[in-house]
Amino acid sequence: MSKLTNPLNDRGIVVVAAALVIIGAVTLLNLIGPAGTFWQALGLSINQICTLLVVLATVAAVYVGVALLFSRFSHLNPGRAAVVSGPFLWLFLFFLLPFFIVLKISFAEADVAIPPYTEIYSYAEQKLEIILNLGNYLFLTEDELYLAAYLGSLKMAAISTIVCLLIGYPMAYAMARAKKESQTTLLLLIMMPTWTAILIRVYAWMGILSNNGLLNGFLLDIGLIDTPLQILNTNLAVYIGVVYSYLPFMILPLFANLVKHDNSLLEAASDLGSSNLNNFWKITVPLSKNGIIAGSMLVFIPVVGEFVIPELLGGPETLMIGKVLWQEFFNNRDWPVASALAVVMLAILIVPIILFNRNQAKELEGKA
Amino acid sequence: MKHFRLTTFMLWAGLLFIYAPMLILVIYSFNASKLVTVWGGWSVKWYAGLLDNRQLMGAVMRSLEIACYTAIAAVVLGTMAAFVLTRIPQFRGRTLFGGLVTAPLVMPEVITGLSLLLLFVAMAQLIGWPQERGIVTIWIAHTTFCASYVAIVVSARLRELDLSIEEAAMDLGARPWKVFLLITIPMIAPSLAAGGMMSFALSLDDLVLASFVSGPGSTTLPMEVFSAVRLGVKPEINAVASLILLVVSIFTFFAWFFARRAEEKRKRAIQQAMEAETGGQSWRPQPAPVSPPSQG
Repeated sequence: MSKLTNPLNDRGIVVVAAALVIIGAVTLLNLIGPAGTFWQALGLSINQICTLLVVLATVAAVYVGVALLFSRFSHLNPGRAAVVSGPFLWLFLFFLLPFFIVLKISFAEADVAIPPYTEIYSYAEQKLEIILNLGNYLFLTEDELYLAAYLGSLKMAAISTIVCLLIGYPMAYAMARAKKESQTTLLLLIMMPTWTAILIRVYAWMGILSNNGLLNGFLLDIGLIDTPLQILNTNLAVYIGVVYSYLPFMILPLFANLVKHDNSLLEAASDLGSSNLNNFWKITVPLSKNGIIAGSMLVFIPVVGEFVIPELLGGPETLMIGKVLWQEFFNNRDWPVASALAVVMLAILIVPIILFNRNQAKELEGKA
Repeated sequence: MKHFRLTTFMLWAGLLFIYAPMLILVIYSFNASKLVTVWGGWSVKWYAGLLDNRQLMGAVMRSLEIACYTAIAAVVLGTMAAFVLTRIPQFRGRTLFGGLVTAPLVMPEVITGLSLLLLFVAMAQLIGWPQERGIVTIWIAHTTFCASYVAIVVSARLRELDLSIEEAAMDLGARPWKVFLLITIPMIAPSLAAGGMMSFALSLDDLVLASFVSGPGSTTLPMEVFSAVRLGVKPEINAVASLILLVVSIFTFFAWFFARRAEEKRKRAIQQAMEAETGGQSWRPQPAPVSPPSQG
């Protein structure tokens, strides 16, 4: 028995009426009685409360409106449409829409104003003018710094992804083959770093790699080197930092995939005379394709835009696009060029991101 | 089996690689010497000094406040998204919806941060809000990417649930929202807790998004740490970093603990149900037990 949920059934009306009564009572009490002092203690004046109520009512009205519209569009009943439109609205407003604004501002010109860019369209004397300034993009191609930064980021991301895969795959494999009881503990040990700030973990390496740091001290003590090695502020330090920070993101999806493998396939192959190595390459690796893709994308895509690691561990030779974008935005205050940099970065990453989303969708729906 | 041993060795070496730097950081935060590389005996003076640092404590309180709001909002939004992904198989725009939920997981933070800031600036011009950027804008930025993590965690749990319980309640006449509140929510409560704690930790850690969307006077803890770290390694920062590590480990541990306890409870319940069933009359095929992972 399925019934369409009427958004305004009896209970709905009761809830709305109750809310109105409470709001009215609070407002009245606020005007006259001792409750006013209560709100004042909270630091809210009557004006602020009224504004807040109006804002809340507007948001609720927009939400209901969007849900009803969406239910027409998606052929869902209003209740389900309301559930979909909540996150949809939020992600549309705060995730998708901002990209179009970035695109728009990448066609603007830098200006000494607040905000520091020109408007791309104007309307005067019945003429709508849209001025697309391609200068920012041309500027990116003229200055070799930007090309070098993009290439540097891609190289850094590609090499780190491969290194993470080479280290992470055996680790995930060992975890998947460990006893069930120790698996949860191992999983916790791998997961914990992913919740810890990259900032803190990179900072830990600064103390180890610096010229008078622990590593150099140790190597000098055992007499392997005579003068301290310059590791901090080189690309090597950035590689160490990136692999260190992103290794767990490679292991987790690989483990999730490997742990589901059916061992009887391997046994059957062994019975038929296949060697362990052959089993691994012909059965385990092809079956874990989705895990490899998910892990590689979770490393590759964020590393291309990484800022913290090259900033703290890298030196002048480290050119990465995340750092360049940050400098354009915060140091040069050139918002249009920063936007153009972001647009180009997104254009480079769109293929891997779609690949990742497809892969996730398969994982999410495959077992439903 | 040779590569079994090799992989076990790699696992332990990898874990050492992951944990040794953090351990060294914590040990050196108790270093009495002002020089960070010279060991001068044990001391807690850097921790005591933190309490006097008014600016830092302000940033800590602000970060904790944002993390609380983020955890609540991300759990609500993420659960809704997970419900849609697992329970509403087909509607127009579902591909876009799935993409919007998973994309924040990998999107480079500099892009998300820049785009959100430009959105807030455009909104301030259009509708006059937000007049100044601060806690609310940081909260919005954090909620957006934390909700994706919650959605992944919760949808994994929702998929495992036995749909027949929800269907039974519906057959008995319960409204969908009542089924969700009284049946689904209690069953997925552990993953909600795990998602909430994960969001709390992620929000507490974020530097890049907060740097873009915060305004003057609303520095968060990671921003405070970053501006100090840029100038080099300092003993005070060692102490702050160790405290952050401690808080995050506690949160991770509890999230793991809740998930594990719920898992054990569920297994016991399944076992009891199966025993009861085989004892009595079994009128339907038993659900296939989850195949245990093979032992090496």
